[in-house]
Amino acid sequence: MERVPVLKIGDILLVSIQIDMSDQTAVTLQEDLAERIVATGAHGVIIDITALDIVDSFVGRMLSTIASISKVLDAETVVVGMRPAVAITLVELGLSLNGIRTALNVERGMELIAATREDDLGVDEAEGAESGSAATSA
Amino acid sequence: MTAGVDLGPKAQAIGSDEDVVRVRQLVRTVAVAVKLSLVDQTKLVTAASELARNTLIYGGGGNAEVSVVDDGRRRGVRIVFADSGPGIPDLDLALTDGYTTGGGLGLGLSGARRLVDEFDIQTTVGEGTRITVTKWSR
Amino acid sequence: MALTIEESGRLAGLLAEHAERVVQRWTEVVAASLRGRLSQAELRLQVQELHRSMIEVGAEGLTDVQSERAAEVRAVLAELSRGRARQGFSATETAISIYALKDVLAELADSGDVELRDVIAFNALIDQMGLFTFETYVQTREGLIADQAEQLLELSTPVVKIWDGVVAVPLVGTLDSARAQVVMERLLQTLVDTGSPYAIIDITGVPAVDTQVAQHILKTVVAARLMGADCIISGIRPQIAQTIVALGIEFGDIATKASLADALRHVLRLTGVETARRHARREA
Repeated sequence: MERVPVLKIGDILLVSIQIDMSDQTAVTLQEDLAERIVATGAHGVIIDITALDIVDSFVGRMLSTIASISKVLDAETVVVGMRPAVAITLVELGLSLNGIRTALNVERGMELIAATREDDLGVDEAEGAESGSAATSA
Repeated sequence: MTAGVDLGPKAQAIGSDEDVVRVRQLVRTVAVAVKLSLVDQTKLVTAASELARNTLIYGGGGNAEVSVVDDGRRRGVRIVFADSGPGIPDLDLALTDGYTTGGGLGLGLSGARRLVDEFDIQTTVGEGTRITVTKWSR
Repeated sequence: MALTIEESGRLAGLLAEHAERVVQRWTEVVAASLRGRLSQAELRLQVQELHRSMIEVGAEGLTDVQSERAAEVRAVLAELSRGRARQGFSATETAISIYALKDVLAELADSGDVELRDVIAFNALIDQMGLFTFETYVQTREGLIADQAEQLLELSTPVVKIWDGVVAVPLVGTLDSARAQVVMERLLQTLVDTGSPYAIIDITGVPAVDTQVAQHILKTVVAARLMGADCIISGIRPQIAQTIVALGIEFGDIATKASLADALRHVLRLTGVETARRHARREA
C-alpha cells in the first residue's frame, strides 16, 4: 500500500496528496497525521489536494475527521487547492465539508493558520505583528 | 471514432480497496476518450467511486462493467455495478440523503444518483444488487 | 431495400448511356428551383459528381442508400447537403437538388428510353437519397446553431479582475441552466488562476431569477467556499428580491449588496479592517 508523506515546515505539517488514494491509504494518513501532530507539537496542518481529481464522500469524511482530531490536539487544519470541478461535484454530491477551513493555495493556507494563531495568542506576539492577520474572528 | 483507444466494454472485478481505485481509473480513461467535459468526468468518476465502494462494502464485492453508449446524437459512458450480496430491503430509505448502515455519510447512493444523467437500480433481497448509471456528453 | 441488383444495374446503365442529357436536364431543373442563387457551372459540377457516384456504385449494386457499398454516394450527398445548409438554402431547396432527377427520369420514360416499372423503382431510391440529404441538412444546421450558442455563451460571460484579489462577473441577460453552469465553472477557474479569495457576482443585468437560477448561484457560492473563496452577490433588483422571498429561496449567510460598488467597498473593508488593525498593533 502506498503512503502519503507528511512534511514538517516550521510548526506546520504539510500533506500534499499526489496519488489516487485507496480507502486504506486515507485511513493510514489520518492516523499518521494524529501521531505527527502530537510528536512534533505542530499548530497547523495544511492538506494540499491540488493533485486530486476527485474527492468522494470517503475522502471528504477523512478530511473532516482530520480537522476535528487536529482541533482536539490544538492544531488548525486548512484544506487547500481544491479544483473547481471537484468543488462543483462536492456541492452536487451534497457534501459540505462542515468544520473544514479552506484556502485557494498553500500560501494562503499558511496565512490563514498564522492569522488564527495570532488571534489566539494575542497582540503581544512579535511575530504576529509582522505577518498580518485575516479577520478570522469576525 | 477516437483512433487508438479501444472503446469496447471493459470489466473490473471489485474485491478490494485497490479495485475501487482501479474502477475510478478505468472510468476516467473511458470518460476522457468519449470527451466528457472536465466537470462531467469528475462527477462520473466520483459517482463510480461511491458505487464501487458500496459494491465492496454492502454487496461483499462484485464487478463493474464500463462501456461507451451512443444514442445517435451524442455519446456517453455507462457503468454497471453488480454484486451477489444481500440486496437492499428498503430502496426508498437507501436512496435518502444521510441514511447509512455502514457507518459512512449516507451520501453514496443518493449522491451518486445526483451526479449522473441516468440511474437505475435493481435489487432483490438475498440475491444481489445491480446499479446502472449513464453520463452523456453535452 | 429500394432496388434489386438488376434494377440498380439498369439504373447505372441508363445514367451512363444518357449521361450528357441527364446531367444537362438535371442541372437545369435544379437551377430553376434555386433561381440563380448558385451558378450553373457550380451546380453542374455538383450534379456531375452525384451522377458519377451513382453510376459507379450502381454498377456494383446501389440497392439501398444506407448499405455499406453506397458510402461513396452518401459522401457526395452529405457534402452537397452540408454546402446548401451553410449557404443558407432551405431544406426544400436542398432536397429538390436530388428530387430533380425524378423529373429527368420521367422525361426519359416519355421518350421511351426507360420502362415505367423501372422509373417507379428508381424513384424509391431517389426518395431514400432525398431523405438522407434532409437528415444531413438538419444535422448541419443543428451543428451551426450549437456553435453559435456556444459563441454567444463565450461572449456573454466575462470574468474580470477588478481589484487585487477580487474578481467580478457582471451577468447580463437571461440565465438558463447551461449558461449558469458555464459562468460557475469559469468564475471558479478564475479564482484559482488569479489566486483571488473574493468574487462578486453582479446580477444587475439579469431580468428575472427563478428557482433554478437561484440554485445555480447558490451552488457557485458554496463551491467557491469549498475552494477557500468568498462570494458576494450584488445588484439584486427589487422585483428579484421579491421573487426570491416569494419562492422561499434561502440565501442564508451569503453577503448581498445593492450595487457592484457597494460590494467592492464591502470586500475592501474586509481587507481594510485587517490593515487598520495591524496599524493599531504597531502603534501599541
